[in-house]
Amino acid sequence: MHRTLITWLQAAPLAVILLGFLVAPIIMIVIVSFWGATEFSIYPDFQLENYKFLFSSPVTYKVFFVTFKYAFITWALTLTIGFTVAYFLAFHIRSQTTQIALFLLCTIPFWTSNIIRMISWIPFLGRNGIANQTLISWGVIDAPLDWLLYSDFSVILAFVHLYTLFMVVPIFNTMMRIDKSLLEAARDAGASGFQTLCHLIIPLTKPGIMIGSIFVLTLVMGDFITVRFMSGSQKANVGRLISNDIALLQYPSAAATAVVLLCTVLIMIAIMLRFVNIRKEL
Amino acid sequence: MEKRPRSFYVLASFFGLFILFLYGPTLTIAILSFQGPKGGLTFPMNGVSLHWFRDLFEQQAVGDIWGAFRRSLLLGFMVMITTVVGSVMAGLAFRKRFAGSSVLFYLAITSLVIPSILISLGVGLIFNQLGFRVHWATSGFGSQLTWTLPFGLLIMFAVFNRFDKSYEEAARDQGASSWQTIRFVVVPIIAPSLIGVALFGFTLSYDEFARTLLTAGSYNTLPLEIFGMTTNVTTPVIYALGTLTTLFSLGVIGFFLLTFWLIGKRRARFGSDAGKGL
Repeated sequence: MHRTLITWLQAAPLAVILLGFLVAPIIMIVIVSFWGATEFSIYPDFQLENYKFLFSSPVTYKVFFVTFKYAFITWALTLTIGFTVAYFLAFHIRSQTTQIALFLLCTIPFWTSNIIRMISWIPFLGRNGIANQTLISWGVIDAPLDWLLYSDFSVILAFVHLYTLFMVVPIFNTMMRIDKSLLEAARDAGASGFQTLCHLIIPLTKPGIMIGSIFVLTLVMGDFITVRFMSGSQKANVGRLISNDIALLQYPSAAATAVVLLCTVLIMIAIMLRFVNIRKEL
Repeated sequence: MEKRPRSFYVLASFFGLFILFLYGPTLTIAILSFQGPKGGLTFPMNGVSLHWFRDLFEQQAVGDIWGAFRRSLLLGFMVMITTVVGSVMAGLAFRKRFAGSSVLFYLAITSLVIPSILISLGVGLIFNQLGFRVHWATSGFGSQLTWTLPFGLLIMFAVFNRFDKSYEEAARDQGASSWQTIRFVVVPIIAPSLIGVALFGFTLSYDEFARTLLTAGSYNTLPLEIFGMTTNVTTPVIYALGTLTTLFSLGVIGFFLLTFWLIGKRRARFGSDAGKGL
């Protein structure tokens, strides 16, 4: 009895924070999604108007489609880049010190500001930016490209820039746990490098790939700031739909959209968690 | 030593490009922040000067960035300390099975993957409906913890998965109470990892944006202030600010990594050689 009490006390701070700032807000959002709104205020009610409007509007489907599109393309790119980088670090770097140094080099941007990292693309991608100037001076194009900044291209570029790290770290972590003698055994048995990759390394790295995918997909699905900033407010995803409603003080409608987004994300995570045991993989 | 295969060089160049991709843009704005007074947001450089850095120190040019910086710094420390204490305690708790442990674990994972705008919106709504004023040190603080605490917890899982329990058993056999075991055996052993948790706590809070957006109230934190600037500032002053705050972050990261390294050195020097067959 005494021991259980101590354990509960140890878990209490985490539990209190999560109850107060995660569970309660979610419950509040669900409640408010049934409320009504005037132009200036919101009032308690039980109506399905917000949901009816949401599901009958073609904008909703378009915006959800865009959100999935961003999520899928970003996922594919971050996975390819992240896997390659992790593979290089884990299997081609021989000294442990170099390995740690290069790994840190990859992770340091994670601890700096995302907003600054987004802003830093402007001198590259703008009409008179470095990319256009370079391409013109090489004679590849005659006039500056307009789709480099404030487009789907720049949004996805920023996502890949910000989130590839979330793939590199878990994939690298699982790769480091692969027993090196398995690789030798594969080579001794006559497997080519490509065969070793396909039949040994990729299957054994699956948990890391899953964890990375969960991070990248949820971050992109829930984003509103990257899309707003990198598209110059010209593109919309679900997060922006919510933040626009908030800016117009239409909280019930924002809440209804938020509930639908949350359900979508949680269903995706639940499916992915079936393939991996996070606690064991750390 | 074995000769490097050709794939090494291909992958090494890929890695080099990746690093360039990661750091190139930040380096570019660092260079551009030294634009001359007439310079714009892109190249070419129109002279070299410290003009835009000087601008940062003039109140009317950029708003209250120093106040925002002080608030972010203080909030960062609050979040860091709470994250370290909270994650260590929860990490200790999760070593045993207790009623509700898996619910709490899944809540922590949910907290990590939930779209940040939901936290912002939900906390904002609760505070409004209860008639409390949102403030960075209350609602903002709690909202940021929903992001940093789960990270801290995951690190603690990684730490305790590798923790050799025989040290604790030895302490208990010698008659240590459970508090003494934690205070004099467990905590010193996991101390270096706590530096990692502290690094996550501070830097993630210092740069946090989405969860603080609707919960910081009328006094902005630095990322909110910077975001506000992006809509109405069209001079390199924003690059100067970006460069300074990135340098600050790098300094903080360097400080934590150095501490981590020094603890490791100290340990190697004072550590016992028992069991090493010397």
